Amino acid sequence: MTADLLTPTAGPQLIYRINPVAKMAAAFLIGLGVLLSIDWVSASVALACESVLLFWAGVPPRRLAIRLSPVLVGAVTAAFMTALYAPESGASYLNILFAHVTAGSIELATATFARILAVGVPAVVLFLTVDPTDLADGLAQVLRLPARFVIGALAAVRLVGLFIDDWRSLERARRARGVADRGRLRRLLSQAFALLVLSIRRATKLATAMEARGFGSSAPRSWARPSSLHRADVVLMLIGALIAAASITVSVATGHWRFLGT
Amino acid sequence: MQPRPVAVDARGWGWRHADRPGFAVSGLDLRIEPGERVLLLGASGAGKSTLVAALAGLLGDEEAGEEIGELRVDGRNPRDARGGVGLVLQDPDSQVILARVGDDVAFGCENLGVPRDEIWPRVREALDAVGLALPLDHPTSGLSGGQKQRLALAGVLAMRPGLLLLDEPTANLDPLGVAEVREAMAQVLDRTRATFIVIEHRVAVWADLVTRVIVLSPGGGVLADGTPDQVLRAEGARLAESGVWVPGFEPAAPARDRGATGTPVLEARGLAVGRERRVVIREGIDLTVSASRTLAVTGSNGTGKSTLGLTLGGLLPPLGGTLDASAIAGGLPAEPHRWRSRDLVSRIGSVFQDPEHQFVAATVAAELAVGPKAAGVESAEASRRIDAAVERLRLGHLLEANPFTLSGGEKRRLSVATALVTRPALLVLDEPTFGQDARTWRELVALLSALLDEGSALVAVTHDAAFVDALADDVLSFDLPVGAR
Ligand SMILES: Nc1ncnc2c1ncn2[C@@H]1O[C@H](COP(=O)(O)OP(=O)(O)OP(=O)(O)O)[C@@H](O)[C@H]1O
Ligand SMILES: [Mg+2]
Repeated sequence: MTADLLTPTAGPQLIYRINPVAKMAAAFLIGLGVLLSIDWVSASVALACESVLLFWAGVPPRRLAIRLSPVLVGAVTAAFMTALYAPESGASYLNILFAHVTAGSIELATATFARILAVGVPAVVLFLTVDPTDLADGLAQVLRLPARFVIGALAAVRLVGLFIDDWRSLERARRARGVADRGRLRRLLSQAFALLVLSIRRATKLATAMEARGFGSSAPRSWARPSSLHRADVVLMLIGALIAAASITVSVATGHWRFLGT
Repeated sequence: MQPRPVAVDARGWGWRHADRPGFAVSGLDLRIEPGERVLLLGASGAGKSTLVAALAGLLGDEEAGEEIGELRVDGRNPRDARGGVGLVLQDPDSQVILARVGDDVAFGCENLGVPRDEIWPRVREALDAVGLALPLDHPTSGLSGGQKQRLALAGVLAMRPGLLLLDEPTANLDPLGVAEVREAMAQVLDRTRATFIVIEHRVAVWADLVTRVIVLSPGGGVLADGTPDQVLRAEGARLAESGVWVPGFEPAAPARDRGATGTPVLEARGLAVGRERRVVIREGIDLTVSASRTLAVTGSNGTGKSTLGLTLGGLLPPLGGTLDASAIAGGLPAEPHRWRSRDLVSRIGSVFQDPEHQFVAATVAAELAVGPKAAGVESAEASRRIDAAVERLRLGHLLEANPFTLSGGEKRRLSVATALVTRPALLVLDEPTFGQDARTWRELVALLSALLDEGSALVAVTHDAAFVDALADDVLSFDLPVGAR
């Protein structure tokens, strides 16, 4: 069950053809619009717009639902806690020990719920539809981040996927060597250290393999896969900015706007 | 695909790794002409990998070690000739860099700054040359060992190097994978004129493809040098003595009386194995492991042999059927995976496929002491066993070295030695002989044979036909599931 983080994500839908940098920018803009104010209106507007956008972009609904479930659980929990324990204001509905459900706390709970989803949905979509290799291409060619850094990070992502396997192997190996009976804490610590050593080994080997293929030489690098922003990418970023603007405008206009909770 | 082949020159060249007292290679005088095809031989630890790493410009600076004399690739310092030199290493997994086949092959070209329009034709040509007919966006993670090695070869070929270096490219592969890589290389050599150097202990694989054989001496310098005929026939006996695998001079295995009928140590009935709960890799396995007998498990990569080994070794729970080791349990439950670690180590020893997973100490000496101590072996007896194993497996000069810095063959011998010294009733070995030269192979087989004579049972997962011939009493062969590969 090696979590292979680098396995290419691809599909025929529009969303897979958008440059990852554009997707990140759009998600960032929407998130900014939502996070600036703690109210349920701006977050709900953003969430509504996102839903339309997702439907139109062709994100596979089943996979989205599965990945979104933890976010949903988190949002419901947070909303519930807020409803019970937020500072009381307005009409009181329920009062047991420390839990006071009031009109104010319900409003805050709704806002919390909508905000978590409004930020969580784009994040999950990014995670689902961005291929790490394409993202690296975009970061290096569109945002002009240093190639060495970006490619190095990309290669390292693969190693992260090997951690789980390595951890289990180490566990077995130490059992076979007769050193696995010690106290739980000591065992975990020494195994964590072993994992560190092994990871450094792996990283060194990978660096060697990359160097052997000319990585890190002084020659200017070329790019086998072009990455640039096309019209669709620009449109998506504009849509992101529009959603942010819309959510802020509606919220201000309806008098719900509370800048950073003030 | 016509890169300009380059020459290699060594004048009194030598290298000492910073943390070692002695030189790994020394006094090397050598000229390899452009376009020559060389098989580089030598005992385990003779410095073959060190030389090849140096030629690829990967040895690092003064901090990494001390260099003497002069090494030139195409008349230049190898560190400046990088990119003109292509290197394929032994471990298929550590050479995959990117997630898609096409991107991985293109990686080297990108680093050399090859224009984009030129990269993709090169990628296709390279994949074609190694016979890897996969779509460019095929994920690299699911490839077999042989495919990964051919991918690495393609990645190197696409850079059009004038010098092609292969360090034991087939050591980790099953026979099918070995044939694949050799075939691919033969095809490549038909097309390119590049200078070619390959390291391999098993001479037979490459003997027909090379024009020259150079044997490094562990003491420094060159032991033999000439055409394959000259070196392998005329000097075969002497080379075999120094540890080179020479066809016709195979190392003699100690005579064993086969078919000893020992008492059963471990019995499996309808055993199902797998690494995850509920994910069965192989089922319906029936086997009996008996004292003084060797069970060899053979078959292709990826058929669950190692998983079976781990299960028999008490390191994975059985997923079905029964596994009964009550004969050696001594009052513990019958299934070895229920035993405590320190009970396990004196009863069943395991040697993993990847030796690096098993190292738990900072020096070779400390590494060897771990098992006996955990098993509660009295210290005089422990050092007696350790000394004997160190002596036979030629680890004596490495006692203070860090296990991770050993050569490939040395690591393997150390991991086997750590399991031998606890004298387990059952020893489970995963690829015990990979990377061994003829001499260490012989010593390893002799040690295991002695262990059998003392009444231990052996299970060995192996691709090594000579090993099976020498030691196996029973063979369990895992075939590929239909439709795989
Ligand atoms: N990174 C390192 N640091 C310290 N010592 C090393 C390092 N790599 C190799 N050595 C030592 O240098 C010597 C030569 O090692 P090298 O790997 O070149 O041998 P080899 O001929 O390739 O052996 P094998 O056939 O076992 O792979 C060995 O004694 C080894 O322990
Ligand atoms: Mg080597």
